[in-house]
Amino acid sequence: MGKGKREIGYQKNPIRRILVANRGEIALRAIRTIHRLQKDVVCIYSKGDENAIYLEFAEGGVCVGPADPTKSYLNIPAIISAAEITQCDAIFPGYGFLSENRTFVEICREHGLHFIGPSLEVMELMADKSRAKQEMERLGVPTIPGSNGIVTSVEEGKKIARKIGYPIILKAVSGGGGRGMRIVERESYLENAFYAAQSEAETAFGDGAIYIEKYIKHPRHIEVQILGDKYGNVIHLGERDCTLQRRHQKLIEESPAPGLRPEVREKLLQTAIQAAKGIGYYSAGTIEFLVDEEQNFYFMEMNTRLQVEHPVTEMVTGLDLIEWMIRIEEGEPIPSQSEIKFNGHAIECRILAEDSESFIPNPGKIQRLYIPGGKGVRVDTHIYSGYIIPPNYDSLIAKLITHGKNRQEAIGIMEEALREFKIGGIKTTIDFHLEMMKNRDFLNLNYDTKYLERR
Amino acid sequence: MGISIKELKELIRSFDKSDTKVLELETEKFRIYLDKLGPIPNESGGEKRKDKNSQSEERETFSEPEKREASVTQPKVEPEGEIISSPMVGTFYQAPSPDSPPYVRVGDQIKKGDTLCIIEAMKIMNELEAEFDCEILEILVEDGQPVEFDTPLFRVKRV
Repeated sequence: MGKGKREIGYQKNPIRRILVANRGEIALRAIRTIHRLQKDVVCIYSKGDENAIYLEFAEGGVCVGPADPTKSYLNIPAIISAAEITQCDAIFPGYGFLSENRTFVEICREHGLHFIGPSLEVMELMADKSRAKQEMERLGVPTIPGSNGIVTSVEEGKKIARKIGYPIILKAVSGGGGRGMRIVERESYLENAFYAAQSEAETAFGDGAIYIEKYIKHPRHIEVQILGDKYGNVIHLGERDCTLQRRHQKLIEESPAPGLRPEVREKLLQTAIQAAKGIGYYSAGTIEFLVDEEQNFYFMEMNTRLQVEHPVTEMVTGLDLIEWMIRIEEGEPIPSQSEIKFNGHAIECRILAEDSESFIPNPGKIQRLYIPGGKGVRVDTHIYSGYIIPPNYDSLIAKLITHGKNRQEAIGIMEEALREFKIGGIKTTIDFHLEMMKNRDFLNLNYDTKYLERR
Repeated sequence: MGISIKELKELIRSFDKSDTKVLELETEKFRIYLDKLGPIPNESGGEKRKDKNSQSEERETFSEPEKREASVTQPKVEPEGEIISSPMVGTFYQAPSPDSPPYVRVGDQIKKGDTLCIIEAMKIMNELEAEFDCEILEILVEDGQPVEFDTPLFRVKRV
C-alpha cells in the first residue's frame, strides 16, 4: 500500500462476487449497485427473512440461521462459511450488525475475503471512543473537554466534572446508540447516574467502562461524509445535518446543513479531511460533530462504515457511495475534490414501523402499499404489499429521500411524497414526518438534538 | 376432450399407485396438475430459487442454484420418518476422508451420539451427531454439497 499518485496508475484487484452480510433495505440497495458494476451478489438471510423479495434479485442466497440475529446476521462462522460455499471473494457489511466488528474484519482477512470497508487498524482506533478522541486531539481536531479516558470511580468522576463544569455526560467507551449514556446536571446526581450508565453499558456492550464529557447545550448534529482511497487521498462529500433525533436515533437528515455559516462549513469540511488523512482512512466514513449555538464544532465520533442516511449525500453529489466503497477496496483512486460538484438540497425521512406519537414498534403485515415517485423522489425500501415485518430487527422499513434546488423545494417535494406514501396494516412514522415538514421550528431551524424529546 | 368426475377419480388413483411424481395434463377444456412432491416447506427457497436460475441465465451460475434445484425436487417432508437438518452453513461430507467409508448408509441403525456426517465450515470439520436412536431412511444431500442452515440432510425413523 504505497503512496502512489493518481496519474501513475494503480494495482487493481477486481472483485467478482460479493456476499451481502445484511438485510432489508440496505441489502437491496447493495444488490442494485453490485449488479450495475456487473458483479454477482449472494445474500445471506435468516429464517425470519426467508420471504424477503430482494432475495430473488440476487444470484444466490444462503440461510445462515434462525431469525434471532445473534444466531444469523451476527453469526461470523456461518457468514464466512456462506461466502466460501458460494465462492464469494468479498463481503459487503452494510450498517449495523457486523459492519464495525473488528473480529469479523480480521477473520475476513484470514480467509482471503475482501472486506468492503476501512482497514482493521482504523476501525479499532475509532471503535475505542476515548482513544479516538485522543487521536483527534493530536491531529488538531477540536474535541469536547472531558476525562480523556476511562473513569473508574465516582470520586474521580466528581473531580473531573468540577474541572470542566456541569452539566456533564457519562458515556460508554464501547457504546453507541444512546445506551450507557447519562446526562448529569449537578454533582448530587452523579453517583446514581454513574452506576446506571456502567451497568447499562455492561449489559449492552459487555464492557462497563465509562468516560466523562462536558455536556453541550442545544447542540446540532452535523457530520461530514468523507471518502478515502488506499493511496492516502481523502476528499469530503459535504456535510449532513442529522439534528432531529429521538433517543439518539436519527429521524430526519439533510444536506447541506441549513444555516451553517459558510466559513464554519469550510473549516468543518477541511477538519474532517485532516482527521481522516491523519489516521490513514480509506473507504467511506463519517465524522460526526456536535455544533453549539455559536457554531463551534467538536468531534463526537467517527463511523467507520456506510451510514443509513448516505442517500442524501448521493442526491447532492450524484455519486454512488457503495460503488465507491467497492472501487476503493479494489484499489481504485478516488476522484479529486474539484471533480465533486454539489447540487441542490436533499432530505431523508426514515419511515419506521412505529407509532407516530409514541414511537412504539409496530411489526405486522403490510396490507396495501403505494410508493410515491416523481422528479426528485427516491425511495429505498424492501417492503411490498403482503410483506410481514419480522419483529426481530430494526423498525426501519423505508427511507424517503427528496431532492430540490434548495431546502424549501426539497421540503415541498417531501411533503407531497409523504402524502402519497400509503402503507396499510401497520403504524408508521409517516404522519410524524408530515407534521415535521410543516413544523415552524423545523422550517425556521429552531431545534436541537433534544427537540423531539421535549415536545 | 372433457373429463368426468369418475374419470378424474380413476386418474388420481392410478397416479397414486404409480412411481410417477408429477403429472400435468392440459387440453382445450381443462388442465390438471398432480404431484407427489409434498409441501415445499421453504417457499422462498423452493420457488424463488427456480426463478433465480431462469432469470440469471446470462450470469455465471455456481453451486448454489444447482442445490436449489435439488431442494425443489427432493421432498423435504415425507409422511414417514423425521428430518435431521443442518445446524450450520457449510459443506456436507458423508465420510471423514475421501477414502474412508461413509459414517452412515441407508438402512443403518444409529445410536444416539453416533456421528452422522461432517459439516465443514471455515476449514473446521464439525461432526454432526444423532440426537436419538434411529434408522436412516434416506440421505437427502450429495457428498461434498454445500448446505445452508436448516437444509434437510437425513430422513430417519426413530427406533
